[in-house]
Amino acid sequence: MLAPRLALADVKAVEDEIKKLYGDKKIDSGKIKLDVPQIAENGLVVPITVEVESPMTDADFVKAVHVFADGNPLPGIASFRFSPECGKANASARMRLAQTQNIVCVAEMSNGALFSAKAEVKVTIGGCGG
Amino acid sequence: MATNSVPRVRVPAQAKAGDMIEIKTLISHEMESGQRKDSAGKTIPRQIINKFTAVFNGKTVFEADWHPAISANPYQSFFFKAKESGEFKFTWKDDNGSDYTATAKLTVA
Repeated sequence: MLAPRLALADVKAVEDEIKKLYGDKKIDSGKIKLDVPQIAENGLVVPITVEVESPMTDADFVKAVHVFADGNPLPGIASFRFSPECGKANASARMRLAQTQNIVCVAEMSNGALFSAKAEVKVTIGGCGG
Repeated sequence: MATNSVPRVRVPAQAKAGDMIEIKTLISHEMESGQRKDSAGKTIPRQIINKFTAVFNGKTVFEADWHPAISANPYQSFFFKAKESGEFKFTWKDDNGSDYTATAKLTVA
């Protein structure tokens, strides 16, 4: 079913979500390996793995990784919250993508530093709405 | 709906101290996004699992907040550095207030 009244999230909605979390703090690129398929045949189940470079010690670890999408009805996908006990900051899940769009993730380190990464997923059959 | 959610977890039964082990979890759930409409055109209310928590020996080691964009029957995996024997407790929180839980023992040699 098509839902034309559905307002899809956009680049600005993702930026707003990140601002809500971190204000205007500087966000660097790097450190993050964002693993998503370039082409997803089925938007209902798209695998995602994020890994962030970090020693994962009590003094220096990855606190959280927030994942957003700029072409879904809502910008949020998931937030992964790590601890030094994880040993490495790596998490996998499966997401729904309504259409071809960018996945954006932001990693927050224990010292407050922020990093982000972006990747496009081309979706053949969308995974939202009816 | 989704009152019979069944969690499944895969944790290695044994590990050596210092080993990095991968914990894989899956739970059956519709993850109704709140974006769909029924045949009468009425929005089907959202009902998702919105939080997954992994606790080891009483300490939270990993959490995930899930939005409606997480697929039905949500899968979540993460890593854990084995140090001592103990027990994992996993909790999934449903929008409807229910909690689903699972436990798994880890023996560190």
